[in-house]
Amino acid sequence: MFETRIHGRGGQGVVTAAEMLSLAAFIEGRFAQAIPSFGSERTGAPVIAYCRIADFRLRTREPVSRPDALIIQDPTLRHVGGIFDGLPSGGYLLINSARPIEMLGIDAHLGHLHRSRVKALNAGQIARSHLGRPLPNTALLGGFAALTGQLALESVLEAIRQTFGGDVGEANVRAAAEAYRQVAAKSRDRRHA
Amino acid sequence: MTTQRVKFYQVGSFAVGNRLLDPEQRTIQSGPDRANALTSGHRACRGCGEALGARFVQDAAMRAAGGKLISVNATGCLEVFSTPFPETAWQVPWIHSLFGNAPSVASGVAAALRAKGDTRTRVLGQGGDGGTVDIGFASLSGMFERGDDVLFVCYDNGGYMNTGVQRSGATPPAARTATTPAVGPAPGNPFGQGKDAARIAVAHRIPYVATATVADLHDLEDKVTAAMELHGARYLHVLVPCPLGWGSDASETVKLARLAVETGLFPLYEAREGRIAAVTRLRRGPVPVEEYLRPQKRYRHLFEPERDEATLDRLQSIADANIDEYGLASEES
Amino acid sequence: MREQIEGSQAVARTVASCRPDVVCAYPISPQTHIVEALAVLARTGKLGAAQFVNVESEMAALSVAIGASATGARTYTATASQGLLFMAEALYNAAGLGLPIVMTVANRAIGAPINIWNDHSDSISQRDSGWIQLYALDNQHAADLHPVAYRLAEEVSVPVMVCVDGFVLTHAVEPVDLAEPERVDAFLPPFRPRQVLDPADPVTIGAMVGPEAYTEVRYLAHTNAKRALERLPVLAADYAARVDRSVPAIADAYRAVGAETLVIAMGSVVGTLEDTVDELRGEGVGVGALGLVAFRPFPVDVIRAAVAGRERVVVLERAQPTGSTGVIGTEIRAAVPGGPPIHSVVAGLGGRPVTRASLKAVIEAANRGELPELSFMDLDTGLIEAAGSRP
Ligand SMILES: Cc1ncc(C[n+]2csc(CCOP(=O)(O)OP(=O)(O)O)c2C)c(N)n1
Ligand code: SF4
Ligand SMILES: [Mg+2]
Repeated sequence: MFETRIHGRGGQGVVTAAEMLSLAAFIEGRFAQAIPSFGSERTGAPVIAYCRIADFRLRTREPVSRPDALIIQDPTLRHVGGIFDGLPSGGYLLINSARPIEMLGIDAHLGHLHRSRVKALNAGQIARSHLGRPLPNTALLGGFAALTGQLALESVLEAIRQTFGGDVGEANVRAAAEAYRQVAAKSRDRRHA
Repeated sequence: MTTQRVKFYQVGSFAVGNRLLDPEQRTIQSGPDRANALTSGHRACRGCGEALGARFVQDAAMRAAGGKLISVNATGCLEVFSTPFPETAWQVPWIHSLFGNAPSVASGVAAALRAKGDTRTRVLGQGGDGGTVDIGFASLSGMFERGDDVLFVCYDNGGYMNTGVQRSGATPPAARTATTPAVGPAPGNPFGQGKDAARIAVAHRIPYVATATVADLHDLEDKVTAAMELHGARYLHVLVPCPLGWGSDASETVKLARLAVETGLFPLYEAREGRIAAVTRLRRGPVPVEEYLRPQKRYRHLFEPERDEATLDRLQSIADANIDEYGLASEES
Repeated sequence: MREQIEGSQAVARTVASCRPDVVCAYPISPQTHIVEALAVLARTGKLGAAQFVNVESEMAALSVAIGASATGARTYTATASQGLLFMAEALYNAAGLGLPIVMTVANRAIGAPINIWNDHSDSISQRDSGWIQLYALDNQHAADLHPVAYRLAEEVSVPVMVCVDGFVLTHAVEPVDLAEPERVDAFLPPFRPRQVLDPADPVTIGAMVGPEAYTEVRYLAHTNAKRALERLPVLAADYAARVDRSVPAIADAYRAVGAETLVIAMGSVVGTLEDTVDELRGEGVGVGALGLVAFRPFPVDVIRAAVAGRERVVVLERAQPTGSTGVIGTEIRAAVPGGPPIHSVVAGLGGRPVTRASLKAVIEAANRGELPELSFMDLDTGLIEAAGSRP
């Protein structure tokens, strides 16, 4: 089982991101569950969603408290208490940020993580160039596929297509594909360095 | 009370610049005298018209009541965004009971004050359009009919926003909501439905009924003050754009409220004892409804993929009829 | 066809396959996605000639359903929490009139304090309203229960609530096999009302009944409920055979054979419970689970058989009757006089997650003999102290 927790803000498509991850896994013939943790929150308020992926039928309904991967859609959330909770030493962290990870002031939370499993991706910028709006969720999903290797890029793109459809879907597909390339390239660089 | 007609506007926006006004007429955003009954730090969306409207209504009412005010709130965005556990944004005695009973609860508060011989404390009830014109309507009508000493304020954003934008009896025709989706042969909210709550309030022959918007906060404050000078059942219907539900930019809230008025779609008037007593005429020749509709995604299906001329015409004729019925045409045109 | 789909969508599309004539609803979280989906289906012609009525309150929603059902229409509505309570008077009325309305309850807590999250306070509070109550274990089950509910409702002339955990199920996206409409058609014949408002054959519905017959009317309703309990598993089995998967209708036992401790629960927490059972079985603990689906009518015989011979029974109560012990526990105790000790554990109120860790701790406490008759799972004693009370 692979569990992901996504943090973002109302209006950033946090819940849709979790749903698309689950759909990508479904497309691969696996079992998946996307659960929003709905608050009575308004645009801009912190939102959390979860996705579990497994090779067996999922039964548990509890929220993900020990995520294998953490996606942070909004960099301003990084100082919100508890956001890094439960991320184990083998866990992945993908954060939407224009600044490199070292400059985010979150070293205290990263000590136990493998450096190669922690990525800052400028998903807002990628989204702006492909969608005209800084909606980072699909780019982050592309990045997620590259970072964790849990899902094939093709399945993620197909899930995005099925979710949005039409031109909007294609623009999001391009954003996710570019994010994938960026994260994959970064990982290669590091391996060569 | 009468408002002085101010003739100079800031270019383009048709907003009256604060600094162009006499000091006592200026809007005071903050200051030691302001009650801040709905204080900052709540969880409304940015650009929320309801938050803006409620803040000005509350503070004007507080001023008029000499700080002795009790507020009763129906369930809805205002209630939810102002009281996330364990916080509250209210600096006024405030009670939320249910979605559909706020006018009755307010009647109860007023009755208790009477029983206690408290003639100074005033009562303000408030709710969204759903809480007011739909589920709370029987309760509201009962409060009117008995003449209970309550000012009830409806913040009309044209839908059940708190639950994710469903249709209410105040949703305008053609508007897309989650339960009147923009699909099928007649997309959006049907024409010919919905109710004009302010006019129904007027029909109760209560002492004071007025409509207002968050585009003109002075007018809003003046109407609250006028209402508070009277006793008995009073009603204020305030148009409050909702960026989330309307699909509009957060920066356009005030502009859209102004356009609703300037197109004739939302007539501003005061009624006393069952008769329309004053009407705010348009400042300029009526703005075509299209200017108001276009910036709102809830009307996008009227423009894309093709222009829906027939529906636009129908909406324009609603505005035209209002201009005619209320005599809104500007003196300048 | 299997789809990765939101629970609300799965319910809405299955309801559409049941070919309702009138759908009416009033929005309330977390029911909204179901009726919004139906609104789209209605607008796009996927509900045929069905009328979709947006009403002004829940009282109106159920009342529209009552009028429509009495006029021979297959009707559907959905609500939750405050909305269900606002319907209360009409709930008893619909049941008393024997109108086969099907309603989804997207279970949610009741205020004050206002709370939009999941527990069973709403439907449990209406347990005596005369409606049949079925609790969905997961979204597949939630979808499958609807055709069964219609068939049962129309056969025995009793309205049915299909209770689906709000958010936890209604907003969860997971794989669901949606029954092909033809299969639903084959299972669910067109509605043939027992009585109908029809000028050709005028009937009086809703007349007054005095002391001379009121008790008898209630008695007949009670015996009818028992008949419903007999028909329910038969109909569910019929539907299950047509869609080729199991559709638990009364209760679903999991690794209960030889379990000294039986944990009984309703709704989506059963999934988490089954995972916990596996974990404890792996440690050699003799524990099993029983997912209770039919709460009304209460399946006394099934409960009796399931509880017989256990050392102890733990009941997860997702509603709390203030000033009494758990609702389900009390009914089980009454069903099995002299049976094993029954421990009511109030869990998952107002959206508090029920975790495997907490379930495990509760079961272990029960096995150690340390679980009282009534307890509250995961109480935050700090909060209670802060409120000036001692836990
Ligand atoms: C009896 C009942 N039915 C439904 C609800 C759910 N509900 C809460 S607020 C709301 C919509 C509020 O709409 P409105 O009054 O227009 O206020 P807004 O949120 O738009 O400001 C709904 C449907 C409820 N709380 N109680
Ligand atoms: S949804 Fe609309 S009414 Fe509600 S807080 Fe946001 S902007 Fe205000
Ligand atoms: Mg509203």
